Amino acid sequence: MSNLIKNGAIVADTWTLVPYPAIDETVQKQAGKVVQFKVTGTEAASPELIAQVQIPAGQVIVPLTVFRARKDELAPRIAAGEIGVWLESFELVEDLVASIDDINTLPLIAYDFPKFVDGRGFSAATLLRTRYGYKNELRAIGDVLRDKLYFMKRCGFDAYQIRADRSAEDALASLRDFSEPYQGAVDEPLPVWRRHARA
Amino acid sequence: MYRYDQYDQRIVDERVAQYRDQTRRYLAGELSDDEFRPLRLQNGLYIQRQAPMLRVAIPYGLLASRQLRKLAEIARKFDRGYAHFSTRQNIQYNWPRLEDTPDILAELASVEMHAIQTSGNCIRNITTDQFAGVAPDEVVDPRALAEILRQWSTFHPEFAALPRKFKIAVNGAQSDRAVVRVHDIGLEFLRNEAGELVVKVWVGGGLGRTPIIGQVIHDALPWQHVITYCEAILRVYNRYGRRDNAYKARIKILVKALGIEAFKHQVEEEWAFSKDGPGTLTQAELDRVSAYFVPHAYDKLADCDPDFNEKAATHPAFAAWLKRCTHPHKVPGYRAVTLSLKKTGIAPGDATADQMDIVANLADQYSFGELRVSHEQNLILADVKLSALFDLWQTARAAGLATPNIGLLTDIICCPGGDFCSLANAKSIPIAQAIQERFDNLDFLFDLGDIELNISGCMNSCGHHHVGHIGILGVDKDGSEWYQISLGGSQGNETTLASVIGRAFAAADVPDVISKIIDVYVEQREGDEPFIDVVRRLGLDPFKARVYGAPATAKKELANV
Ligand code: HEM
Ligand code: SF4
Repeated sequence: MSNLIKNGAIVADTWTLVPYPAIDETVQKQAGKVVQFKVTGTEAASPELIAQVQIPAGQVIVPLTVFRARKDELAPRIAAGEIGVWLESFELVEDLVASIDDINTLPLIAYDFPKFVDGRGFSAATLLRTRYGYKNELRAIGDVLRDKLYFMKRCGFDAYQIRADRSAEDALASLRDFSEPYQGAVDEPLPVWRRHARA
Repeated sequence: MYRYDQYDQRIVDERVAQYRDQTRRYLAGELSDDEFRPLRLQNGLYIQRQAPMLRVAIPYGLLASRQLRKLAEIARKFDRGYAHFSTRQNIQYNWPRLEDTPDILAELASVEMHAIQTSGNCIRNITTDQFAGVAPDEVVDPRALAEILRQWSTFHPEFAALPRKFKIAVNGAQSDRAVVRVHDIGLEFLRNEAGELVVKVWVGGGLGRTPIIGQVIHDALPWQHVITYCEAILRVYNRYGRRDNAYKARIKILVKALGIEAFKHQVEEEWAFSKDGPGTLTQAELDRVSAYFVPHAYDKLADCDPDFNEKAATHPAFAAWLKRCTHPHKVPGYRAVTLSLKKTGIAPGDATADQMDIVANLADQYSFGELRVSHEQNLILADVKLSALFDLWQTARAAGLATPNIGLLTDIICCPGGDFCSLANAKSIPIAQAIQERFDNLDFLFDLGDIELNISGCMNSCGHHHVGHIGILGVDKDGSEWYQISLGGSQGNETTLASVIGRAFAAADVPDVISKIIDVYVEQREGDEPFIDVVRRLGLDPFKARVYGAPATAKKELANV
């Protein structure tokens, strides 16, 4: 049974998430390549690793690095609407935006929450929806648990890949944890005092 | 004060339901410890040495008497009959049962209170001046804007999982009693030359392991933009703040790494997109909220009362209390009163349920049914008539709430330390008590005048030791408890960080060390020069020499004799 919530319902997943191949730590070190070091201490993928990623047929969600480095190879499939992109939590949405003429040619963007307590995705989603005008599916993947769903929804996510060991059924209820939020966000740009006449 | 409408009430009610279900799932084993931790933390629940600790928000320190009675009732029903007022204008229960916490939150919701975002990596309770609205040096009453910010920050979805906790303080007076410079964001409300309300925005201050004084990022932001501007700061922080090391995750580290100019540049770039957007405040919204903070219906009084003067002249103990525990008020014939929670033998900031009830009654009787909590961990009745002070004092004294030591050496700020806190290196409450016992002569204390002594049980600095005139920090040396002493810190408009005087001491030696420091002050002061001024004038050397003995060379000479 699927653990994907989309637009408020549990639906079958027609997309395949393409991960980086599992690599041996020592191999990567031996390669001796300079890696991009983010303030967060996360190492970005090396060119070798990007080249190694196997992309199956059908609708696939590829890493941002692969999307950028192998754009020519993927061009026909992008045009066919069968390429989505996923971002790691330290990657910048600006890099995705800069690498494509029209962000809405992508049918799906996924954003990885490596840990429940990593909230960078909230800002990333907000930017994609507001500043960059992205309108298609925005999916939360990774450590996605019900207690953050409400916040994710408010920041513009509309699909949630609930962690495999948890019930998507239970999680659905959390989307309605609060009925009238105070502040404006993506789902409701107006703060409560602009929405209602308050006493 | 602010009263909930249906929207406020629904949010706290829905929170209780949500938290009740989270606790149920945890107790049923559906949530792991690691998964429950961030959830309970955002609701003020720590798991501590003795039991869970529940921290309840007192937004900008303001309480109604009925709320205080509810806090007392909770202390009796779910705890051991007392609670602890913290330096962040919150209240903490040290012994609740985890199973009971949803019921406690439901009780709180019934009096328009909650524990939302009192811990965890989110925007915390917004703090301000305990004399807001009554202080003669006030330029702008900051409470309406503090309430607007409270609502904005409550469950802000984009900032629900920041790299680290985020504290905002607001001040509207000439003299900064909210310590805005050691907060992640400090907002100082003032009027520009045209008389318009503007905000001076400080960013990147904080205590903890790496104490840093905040820097000005905007010196005159028109008030309408305060929310969009804070959002821009928070977005830059949320995206670029470090997440790999909890000790380097506060915004102060990011601001320091980038430099204030580069940080400001990023914030301004971000702000360009949201400026004038729907988050921009309107005069109508400010007026709506300000209507809850209009001045009370004060009587027209002379600022002098013959009967009061006579009582003050004939009761020295009353006079002493007036001197230390009452403060000027905007309105003639009124005073603000501090009820000291710093009686010797009681952990600083602790109050029993009975004391809370008594204070609630005093508030009803003499102070429009309201009170405040100060970050110095005392309670304040802000609007008392001169003619009522004597009666109030008698009741407060009988309840152990009239120790005339506000601002004196024994008005100690102190964290829970090793008695309660699992992060502690050392106990702090017994140190506070030993110092209070050593300096129990009120005449002597009066003569010493204003001295701030702050104690933290570890580098996290919950007791603000970095900004105490005298700071005491618990450190761990080979598994035993030691105390490092520092001098020269201060809060307010001239916030400075204290410097450590030298190697640490065992607990038993701390009162002697403090005595020696005080002796140097008494010998060296000129006229009625305050302690902090003497420290600034002389530097640390004379204090070091007294505490650690003569410098090494002198010692050698002596040994040769
Ligand atoms: C007993 C449970 C407590 C725990 C586990 C705890 C934990 C912490 C930690 C880890 C920090 C450092 C955070 C950082 O710098 O990133 C901190 C800071 C702080 N805590 Fe506590 N604390 C506790 C109780 C209190 C109490 C009772 C008060 C008030 C009396 C308090 C007020 C503060 C303040 C004012 C800071 C200031 C440092 C800053 O924000 O820069 N805490 N606390
Ligand atoms: S300063 Fe340290 S010991 Fe004291 S309460 Fe904070 S974390 Fe605990």
